[in-house]
Amino acid sequence: MKITLKVWRQGGKYKGEFVEYKLDNVKEEMSFLEMMDVLNESLVQKKEQPVAFEHDCREGICGTCSMVIDGQPHGPQKATTTCQLHMRSFKDGDTIYVEPFRAKAFPVIRDLVVDRSAFDRIIQSGGYISVNTGQAQDANAIPVEKDVASMAFDAAACIGCGACVAACPNASAMLFVSAKVSHLAMLPQGKVEAKKRAQAMVKTMDMEGFGRCSNVTACEAECPKEISVNNIARLNREYLGSVFASEKIV
Amino acid sequence: MKKLDAKIPEGALSSKWQQYKSSVSLVAPNNKRRLEVIVVGTGLAGASCASTLSELGYNVKVFTFHDSPRRAHSIAAQGGINAAKNYQNDGDSVYRLFYDTIKGGDYRSREANVHRLAEVSTSIIDQCVAQGVPFAREYGGLLENRSFGGVQVSRTFYARGQTGQQLLIGAYQSLSRQISTGGVKMYNRHEMLDLVIVDGKARGIIARNLLTGELERHAAHCVVLATGGYGNVFYLSTNAMNSNTSAAWRAHRRGAAFANPCFTQIHPTCIPVSGTYQSKLTLMSESLRNDGRVWVPKSQEDAKAIREGKKSPLDLSEEQRDYYLERIYPSFGNLVPRDVASRAAKYVCDEGRGLGETGLSVYLDFSDAINRLGKNVISARYGNLFEIYQKITGEDPYKVPMRIYPAVHYTMGGLWVDYNLETTVPGCFALGEANFSDHGANRLGASALMQGLADGYFVIPYTIGNFLAKEIRTPKIDTSLPEFEAAEKEVRDRINHLLSANGNQSVESFHRRLGLIMWDYCGMSRNADGLQKAIRMIRELREEFYRDAFVPGTNEEYNPELEKALRVADFMELGELMCIDALNREESCGGHFREEHQTEEGEALRNDEDYAYVAAWEFGGNPSEPILHKEELVFENVKLITRSYK
Ligand SMILES: Cc1cc2nc3c(=O)[nH]c(=O)nc-3n(C[C@H](O)[C@H](O)[C@H](O)COP(=O)(O)OP(=O)(O)OC[C@H]3O[C@@H](n4cnc5c(N)ncnc54)[C@H](O)[C@@H]3O)c2cc1C
Ligand code: SF4
Ligand code: FES
Repeated sequence: MKITLKVWRQGGKYKGEFVEYKLDNVKEEMSFLEMMDVLNESLVQKKEQPVAFEHDCREGICGTCSMVIDGQPHGPQKATTTCQLHMRSFKDGDTIYVEPFRAKAFPVIRDLVVDRSAFDRIIQSGGYISVNTGQAQDANAIPVEKDVASMAFDAAACIGCGACVAACPNASAMLFVSAKVSHLAMLPQGKVEAKKRAQAMVKTMDMEGFGRCSNVTACEAECPKEISVNNIARLNREYLGSVFASEKIV
Repeated sequence: MKKLDAKIPEGALSSKWQQYKSSVSLVAPNNKRRLEVIVVGTGLAGASCASTLSELGYNVKVFTFHDSPRRAHSIAAQGGINAAKNYQNDGDSVYRLFYDTIKGGDYRSREANVHRLAEVSTSIIDQCVAQGVPFAREYGGLLENRSFGGVQVSRTFYARGQTGQQLLIGAYQSLSRQISTGGVKMYNRHEMLDLVIVDGKARGIIARNLLTGELERHAAHCVVLATGGYGNVFYLSTNAMNSNTSAAWRAHRRGAAFANPCFTQIHPTCIPVSGTYQSKLTLMSESLRNDGRVWVPKSQEDAKAIREGKKSPLDLSEEQRDYYLERIYPSFGNLVPRDVASRAAKYVCDEGRGLGETGLSVYLDFSDAINRLGKNVISARYGNLFEIYQKITGEDPYKVPMRIYPAVHYTMGGLWVDYNLETTVPGCFALGEANFSDHGANRLGASALMQGLADGYFVIPYTIGNFLAKEIRTPKIDTSLPEFEAAEKEVRDRINHLLSANGNQSVESFHRRLGLIMWDYCGMSRNADGLQKAIRMIRELREEFYRDAFVPGTNEEYNPELEKALRVADFMELGELMCIDALNREESCGGHFREEHQTEEGEALRNDEDYAYVAAWEFGGNPSEPILHKEELVFENVKLITRSYK
């Protein structure tokens, strides 16, 4: 396949612009990132600075890869991270735009690499259960209904990639925050701190410069792990109603 | 280097750890506050260690090259985590888990460490559930188990196919809580490039800030390395792309012995390589072998015809197929252990009977199972795996047989540690996949997660006290000491050296070539000639690398190519040591198969008389002249027997 890439380059000699690259020998069975590897190998051969992009597991689980492909975070395939996207999703002769995740709270570091440490700070503000090592009782002491455990898992499957933020016109992090709040609040072990947790995390989200949720639900559509917007509803209904009523989150 | 001393406590095997815990030196709370610990790595081992030490009151500084601690390679583990809970009442016990691990490791691990691992395994599950890890549950609400990797009990806990993710998120959240209390200072996007030793003790590291390129000096009373395995020395592996050996290797160059480097695990069920552009291999869970049948065509002609697209596998009759595992190993069939299945696949492909464009894959066929059980049952069991497979290959495994090939997956070797998890450098500890300690020559499925969390949550918090109790009068370590200055200069020189070569070949291409050498000569089976050849080739490649590699950009910026160059340089030294170790070990055991040492039927032949030892290599001043130290393994509680799967 012949593919034309228009890649956002920023940093070094680039001020922030799309640069065009033509690739002649793209194979259908290549992953999108393998195609980027081939591009970079050719740039290095020409002694140019390769395109910076982040990746690690290449299995759709670590949440490191983060490109907007033709306007969609993680590209066109549903429930698929960029690293799991394959070139058979494109056609010979296609022109593809590749950009970083864009949000005020995710400043661009270079080219396609952004700083998502705001997510860490949100978790640090309350996204945990306060239990020290060695304090736990026997694992089977509290039975948890199978379905409840399964629902908690659905929320816990979030990989912290930030696509929800990049997809949202308000650059809100509500899907990410609500997934964590729901995961922990659904389990008996996490109920104790549930209210405090939700409030602290939403407060940090605001402080970090993420926008407010206005129910667009683009986040759910682009989330590679299909995290449901029901989590946002649960967050609002159960914990935030009283505190933020005047600010109207939903 | 002093003589190796494993510091195994006296007493009966089952009471060693209890006695150790009640007699180990403790550090008083007011003293803990004055002691600093550096932890490098935030995988299961590093995150669990750092959060626990901070909870205890130590001052902890944590480093990771990732943008967030949650991205560590542990996140990718799929299958599960073992623990001797005996919740299924099927006869499991601490002793049985201990025994299975020793036997699975082909009798090349240390009894006392493995027994401790089995003992603390049960507390891990308690801790993780308390953190909110959503393990699979039964209808009654209790935890569910499955069996894994050829053991006779169900002791594996799991969270769908994402156990590593859920365990790591649990540890990451505990770590986050400690960051918020100020007990942990977190350094993301920082890569450790050297260990600093002052008066014989590990007192700090040199780290490169990956955003600015600045070299930073960080000091502490001791240093814990939880930096993962070195499978990426093979270039292609199931490890995350950025996993590397540099932290461990740099510690090795500073005096930490490297143990059993040639013990690597090759997993039989991975998605085969599809082209030279490929940079990463994907694991398909081992569970597939429960229902899939492995085969290749009987004749080379048929295999060739299929490779060229002239025939389809569905055209071949039963008589034209060779279900080679069932043929050679009638009693275990498709369920032989990982190393046996991997080698058998290599042999049939070497005979020219492999499939796929490259000829390097075999079929894993579900048609019998689908006929017998129905598509629904198979889809309920393996649906998500089939989906992953289809995403990557574009083929539908319900219709055409899946293709698989072995790939490098895990490294049992690593930094030598004693019972305290301390390396041969006082004050430098190694946890998780970075150490060599528990898996001998072969790791059982679902035991790496267990070991990482055991080391971090339940072992190091005690054993580090043994070292730190003697340090309570040591003031804060000063980073302006000449040792820091010298180490920083060495790192700077290394970086400048790489940047100034200004050659013509990419770092990636060198890594790929190194990987091929390792795979061909130090992979699934090894022999003396091949290993000697590999050693020569690696030396030449290293020389060529420093002469002709091209690293774009400068040090003073975000520069992933420079990061890669530093890592590949270290892999090229480790690769040689692996070959030297494989050459030294004149026996076949676990993942290490020496062609010279096999039975008439082609099975591994262990040599307990001469090789029941841990090979701990000291750095000898240059990578080609390591010095061998032996830790003889003493088996007081298990009898050494030969594995047989016929
Ligand atoms: C695909 C796959 C599936 C697996 N499935 C299972 C399974 O089902 N069950 C099981 O028990 N095991 C499994 N394993 C093995 C297991 O996942 C690993 O052995 C284990 O997670 C290693 O954990 P760790 O904490 O030792 O290291 P890692 O998780 O690799 O963490 C290493 C950390 O060190 C940091 N680091 C490394 N070097 C430096 C440096 N120089 N400077 C700064 N930071 C550094 C990294 O950033 C990272 O944070 C699997 C492995 C793979 C590849
Ligand atoms: S909610 Fe979905 S899109 Fe957002 S960070 Fe989590 S996995 Fe990514
Ligand atoms: S690289 Fe890990 S999710 Fe894409």
